[in-house]
Parts: sequence; C-alpha cells; structure tokens
Amino acid sequence: MRDWLILGVGTLLFGLLALSGDTYLLRLGTMLAMYAVLAMSWNFIGGMTGYPSFATAAFFGLGAYTSAILQAAQMPMAVGWAAAGLVAGGFALLIGLPILRLKGHYFAIASLSIGEILREVVNTSEEITGGGMGMNLPLLRLPPEVQAQAFYLCMLGLAVLTTAVAILVHHGRLGFAFRCIEQNEDAATVLGVDTRTFKTAAFGLSAVFSGVAGAIYGNWVHYIEPLDVFDIMHSVKPLVMVLLGGLGTLFGPIFGAIVFLALEEAVWRNFLGVHAAVLGVLIVAMVLFLPRGLATSFEQIARRFRGKAA
Amino acid sequence: MSALLTLDGVSRSFGGLRAVDNVSLEIAPGEIVGLIGPNGAGKSTLINVVSGVHPATAGRVVFDGRDITRAKPHAIARGGVARTFQVVQPFPNMTVRENIAAGGAFAGRIASLKQAMQEAGELAAGVGLGDLVDQPANTLTLARRKRLELAKSLAMKPKLLFLDEVNAGLNPAEIDDALALIRRIAEQGVTIVLVEHLMKVVVGISERIVVLQNGALIADDTPEAVLNNQKVIEAYLGKKYAAALSAEGGGP
Repeated sequence: MRDWLILGVGTLLFGLLALSGDTYLLRLGTMLAMYAVLAMSWNFIGGMTGYPSFATAAFFGLGAYTSAILQAAQMPMAVGWAAAGLVAGGFALLIGLPILRLKGHYFAIASLSIGEILREVVNTSEEITGGGMGMNLPLLRLPPEVQAQAFYLCMLGLAVLTTAVAILVHHGRLGFAFRCIEQNEDAATVLGVDTRTFKTAAFGLSAVFSGVAGAIYGNWVHYIEPLDVFDIMHSVKPLVMVLLGGLGTLFGPIFGAIVFLALEEAVWRNFLGVHAAVLGVLIVAMVLFLPRGLATSFEQIARRFRGKAA
Repeated sequence: MSALLTLDGVSRSFGGLRAVDNVSLEIAPGEIVGLIGPNGAGKSTLINVVSGVHPATAGRVVFDGRDITRAKPHAIARGGVARTFQVVQPFPNMTVRENIAAGGAFAGRIASLKQAMQEAGELAAGVGLGDLVDQPANTLTLARRKRLELAKSLAMKPKLLFLDEVNAGLNPAEIDDALALIRRIAEQGVTIVLVEHLMKVVVGISERIVVLQNGALIADDTPEAVLNNQKVIEAYLGKKYAAALSAEGGGP
C-alpha cells in the first residue's frame, strides 16, 4: 500500500513538471524518466534474479528499430511503440531460453553479444534499416515546447507503468521466485521453483519496457542510427544506476537514475573534456563507499536515527 | 500395498564412474527406511537421481505411479518428493519465514503468498525456530539451519522425504531433538528415507535398512539382520577385520 502511495505522489510531482515550458528542464525530465525505465527494467533480471545482463542496449535498439520500420511503413506512432515492446519482449523470451543456461560472467558476455549481433544485422540490412545511414522518423507538426511536453509525459507514463509492474512483481509470487533464484538457484529448483520459466520471465520483463523506451526515444530525437541506439552505454548505465540505488530494491533504481543523471549533467557541464573519466571516478567512489546502494543506506541511517530517538 | 517409490535397475554414471550401479528397490508408503553405506557409496547420488538433480543414466524411477526418470527437479518436487541437503542450502539473506514459505508457495502449491508466509510461521514454531522467524537464515547456527532445512521440506507437503545427514555435526542432545522431530513427521504419514552415518541413529529409528557399497545395493533387511550381515561388516571394516571379528565369535 505504501509503495502505491509513493508511486501516486511521485507521479503527481513529476507530472507537474510538464507544465513548465522550459525545454532544457523537460529534456532532463525525459532523460530521467528514460533512465528510470531502463534501470527498473534491468533490476528485474540483474537485481532481483541476479543475472548480470548486458542486453539492455539490444532491447532498446530493437524497440527503436521496430517502431521506426513500422512508422516508415506509414503505421501510426502508437502501433510502433506497442510493437516495439512486444518484439523486444518476445525476442528476449526466445534468446533467454538458451543463454539463461549460462551463469555469472558467461551469461554477462553472452548477453553483451546480443546487442553487437543485432547492430551488425541492422548495419547490413540496408534496404529495411538504411544501414549505417540510420533512419529518420516522421516529424510532428507541433511547436517545440508542446513536443517537449508531450514526449516528457509519454516517457513519464512509461516510467509509471514500469514502476507499477515492478511493485506488483516485487510483492507477488513472481518476485519471490526471482529472489529465490538470486539467492540459490539449485536450492530453489529442489523447492519446486521452475527456474527456467521464471528466469525467462524476468528477462522478458527487462526487455519489454526497454524496447518501448527505445521506440519513444526514436520519435523524440527524430533520427536513429545503429551506433546510437545499440550503444553499449545503454547497457552499462542502467546497471550503474541500480548499483547506486540498491540492487534488487523496489525504488532504488529510481533513486539511482536521479543521482546518475545529476552527476552526468554536472560533470558534463564542468569537465567537458574529461567528463567520462571524472564520472568513472565518482561511480567507483560511490560503489566503494555505498556498496549496498542509496536506498539501503538511507534505510540503515533512518533506522539508526530512530534507534537513538527511542 | 503398492510401492510409493520403485527403483528398477537404476544406474548413474559420471564419465567412467558408476556412482549408482543397477539398484532396484521398493519403498512402501509410511515406511521409515535407513540408507547407509561407507563414504562414497552413492547414497547422496541416489537421492540426486530420485529428485532429478542428476537423472539416472539407466533404469527407471517410478514415484506414486508416475515414471519420473527424466522429469525435471522442480516437477518432481511438486509431485511430492522433498529432500534436505547434506550441506545445508538456505537462501542466506532471506528470513527463516521466507525460506520456509518458498517450499510452500512453489512445491506445496499454496496459491497465496500471504498464506504460505503464515503456514511458514507455524512450521517454524514446529521445529523450534518460532522465535527466529524474522531473522535472516545466515545468522542461524548449524543445528538451527538443519532444522530450517527440515521445515523447508515439510512446507512442500511431501509424500516422500529424503533426509540427507540431518544429524551430522550435531551434538548428542541436538540429535535426540532431531530424532523426536523425525518421528513426529513420520507419524503424520510422511514416508522417510534417512541417510545417516551414525549407526545408533539409523538403527534406533529405521524399520528397514538398505546398504549401498560402491554404488551397488548389498543388503536390504531389518536393522538386526543388516548389522549381522557378513557383506555389510566387510564393507565397513574390510575383509581382514571382518574375518578376525567372526573368528572371535562376536557380532558388531
């Protein structure tokens, strides 16, 4: 119940931001919502289930291209977005069955290769995807501020949907099975957990919303190319956000996304030349000093204060 | 009465090694069977074969009228076979209650998580972990982890329960508690196969003892008969000492 209340209040507060006509602020807001979607998506497989996936970029890019190809064939934008989620999710279920047999580093490497393979496929299918030239998406005939507001609200809506699903999973049987697998997969099997089905479900969940995020991103920036949407950073950033926020926690990934975006913006503005290096050092420092993430650390600090007051 | 579990010429090989070699065995509903044998005799492998962790490479396993030789471990667990592990396998960062509830929610087919959690609390109290339900499993002592294993497998509502050395590493007082607990479980109608090194424990509680050596079944009889079985004595003591022992005219 408390979780739904947090989601409601959060949605309202972030929704109000849409009233602002400031396009910079709206751009940041849209990025934040997108990061939150990717981080929460990764948390299903990487955090809750304990399988370190580097396939987020694959799902993001697959969603972006699915939607772009459909829209190039004169389909409406909404159809493209829905199809992006379905295709990314379906693809994850198919590819998940074989690669989820692997564990640890082996799984990480296999999942990393999916995005690289998809990128090469897109690069070489020039008739459909335009290859390395990329694809243009239809321009909306709306003033720039209105567009900024609309895409912000769409991405926020997706983030709210992802959070709602995460809340249901977290408190339900599905999330319980994920946690059992994360803790000890062999023991879970012997207790009757159908680990293959649940792992595949976690992988599918992590793909659906990433795919839709990619599709919305494509329309937002009007142009996609393989190097951009299959960028490995789309796989790495969500993982860092979840580590910052708290692995396997419910709202940790959102905290992580906020902190990560703030760091990224601040560092990018002030250290343009070496921003990647500075960001790297900051991330190492945070993971070293807050190994269990912000959400868990906040709880511990709160508990300590409550303990003193009592 | 028809058997609950039937092994028909079951073997399991790992490369060239036959860890279980052509074992045929029947276990009737409600029995308490002791499964003994020297180290490396294939006791744990036999459990792994039945629970589907390492499926048989030859032969047939029939449980409750169904052929489960090639079934997946989670399906076998849901069918009513529970087991504890020789090396305890809790979910370390989950609470005692959550650990037990997992058995109920998945193998025990309890539809609502809330109900599984509630029944887990009752089971925890039943094995003497009532005060510790909200503690993470990794804070428990070994004796308590063994009881947690037991509660987890009971939550699965099994028909057949394999206890793989639940008494190993426990002191005499703890063993007495554990034995009383096992008897109570048997009284509820659960068929039990007890793997054990401690002879005193097996003989005290089993109605029948099955002996494995080098993967093969060498005896299947009442406790008294098994203890006086020449092959069993040789398996444990070696031929030379067994001969010396029988020359002295004494039993083990």
